[in-house]
Amino acid sequence: MTLNETAKKNQPEARRRSFWALVGGATTIAAALLVLTAANLFRDPGSSFRPAVPVKDLPSIKGEMVAHLTQAPEVPAPLDRDYATKVIVELETTETVQRLADGVDYTMWTFGGKVPGNFIRVREGDLVEFRLTNSKTSGVPHNIDLHAVSGPGGGAAVTLTLPGGGSEFSFRALNPGLYVYHCAVSPVPMHIANGMYGMILVEPKEGLPKVDRELYIMQSEFYAKAGKKGEPHTLDFERGVAEQPTHVVFNGSVGALTGDNAPVVNVGESVRLFVGNGGPNLSSSFHVIGEVFDHVYGEGGSEVTQKNVQTTLIPAGGSAIVEFRTEVPGTLVLVDHAIFRAFNKGALGMIKVEGKANDDVFKQIKGFGVMEH
Amino acid sequence: MNALLRLTLLRTMPALFFLAAAIVPASAEAAVTAGAAAAEKGGAMVSLPAGTYRPLYGKAGDGETRVEAFRLDRDPVTRGEFLAFVRANPEWRRSQVRGVHADRATYLNDWTGDLEAGTARTLRLPVTWVSWSAARAFCESSGKRLPTVKEWEYAAAASAGERDASRDPAFLQRLTSEYARRGLGLRDIGELEPNAWGVRGLHEMTWEWVEDFNSVLVSDDSRGVGAREFDQVCASAAIGATDPSNYAAFLRYAVRAGLEGRSAMGSLGFRCAI
Repeated sequence: MTLNETAKKNQPEARRRSFWALVGGATTIAAALLVLTAANLFRDPGSSFRPAVPVKDLPSIKGEMVAHLTQAPEVPAPLDRDYATKVIVELETTETVQRLADGVDYTMWTFGGKVPGNFIRVREGDLVEFRLTNSKTSGVPHNIDLHAVSGPGGGAAVTLTLPGGGSEFSFRALNPGLYVYHCAVSPVPMHIANGMYGMILVEPKEGLPKVDRELYIMQSEFYAKAGKKGEPHTLDFERGVAEQPTHVVFNGSVGALTGDNAPVVNVGESVRLFVGNGGPNLSSSFHVIGEVFDHVYGEGGSEVTQKNVQTTLIPAGGSAIVEFRTEVPGTLVLVDHAIFRAFNKGALGMIKVEGKANDDVFKQIKGFGVMEH
Repeated sequence: MNALLRLTLLRTMPALFFLAAAIVPASAEAAVTAGAAAAEKGGAMVSLPAGTYRPLYGKAGDGETRVEAFRLDRDPVTRGEFLAFVRANPEWRRSQVRGVHADRATYLNDWTGDLEAGTARTLRLPVTWVSWSAARAFCESSGKRLPTVKEWEYAAAASAGERDASRDPAFLQRLTSEYARRGLGLRDIGELEPNAWGVRGLHEMTWEWVEDFNSVLVSDDSRGVGAREFDQVCASAAIGATDPSNYAAFLRYAVRAGLEGRSAMGSLGFRCAI
């Protein structure tokens, strides 16, 4: 056979071969596609069909207002709106010498001029525009970390503020609850130990149940080292590391909530305490002598977690909301039930209850002296 | 020798002696006073030899940092010295300083006028409310410069008795107490004890400018824009620090972290080096 004849004879076979090659190729591709699709179908459904970061439905913002801030033990009034708004918070950090206890003056570093810092009240979904300033007379920079913030440092990463300066940032109050805020400039333990903590309440969308009286209480410790004669006490760093405070107080000083400073409520009123613990180290066994907490929002969350509680645990850098109704007149005593702290270090506060006696609930039957037969 | 001459000399020798006794100490005293005055005018400097110290921020395992020999002002620059400087250099006066060099809202904030820096006693206090640019210009005008962070920290590691007291807890506690009084008023420099190098007032007066104030952090972890600033705040400041108990150093570095070239504070002054 000649080459041409061989070629002519092989043509149908060649065509058959290329046909099957085509089929083979197509099948391979189809199989590959099938495998890939199957793999896709059985993969974690979340990874490829949803965005990388889940985004809550953020309510739209209507209008704006300047937040009304209060000093402990006062709380701003419950918010009377059913929409999210822009809330402007203006807070100044200061460093001034103030009374910690009788005969003990301490250089207090503050948010808003006093320890604890101002109470901030916003609503779930609000856009908070935070403007932090640092007094010209301060010696060191300050910033703020609010535990309610979702974002770097809780705001601390973007609010480093020199004396005489100011910084601004905004955040959405995504989570309802009662949150601590504090300064987070290094060394952080020093800034907190010197008094830089306070609280922000993010009311749930539906608001909190109405009560007759709300109060702001914040427990904290001080580690005070005497200065030279005539000079204020300053931080005793070694005691701080050893977690051995010289003072454990409510609202920034021994006696801040006793005697004439004790809040007064009436018999029969419902009372809600927003209780925070600035630490820096100790947890609090918070108890009100003479009352039982009807409701406790454990750890300052947005739900009642327990009823009929005597003593609730408040972690350092945390909070709790407790509610009770007063039934009899007298003085309620707030304590940290780690009891040496209450009696020897100052962790003692009072709420005076005024009104008519209620013998059905509490009555003295016999007084002091020898029992008569 | 002529007998009369001898007699005259003998008679007058005591008087001559008294005269000499009067003049020599007086001139010596005058020399000391003049020297002191020259020192007051920004002359006195201390020589520090080359050495090593352990910086607060460094890569783990880096150990000590070496510092070359240098000279440092014994005392901080005073208001009086800065007043003389702005008299001679009007472009650094409060009303004329350029915005790129200082913020007019803060520059020389507590002076009552371009050339009014206070009473005789106030003039002896360290000058504050000056920007980095102004501090550099002052140092350059006397043939000096700002110290670097390394040099400043090396000089400041000394207590009264020890050249390197950076690991002495009592010394660190004293520093923390000194820093806590930052806003409470300045003492006279004469009340302060020099440290083991002979330098005065590094901790007791004001924070002080350094040449490279914004290069304080050496970190492998670059988490993007703002990472350095974030490392200075929150708990991450304790990560990567060689001594988490050295609150005094943390405070100094935190102040430096917030500064810009135009910044000025009432608690921030400076001294020069060569």
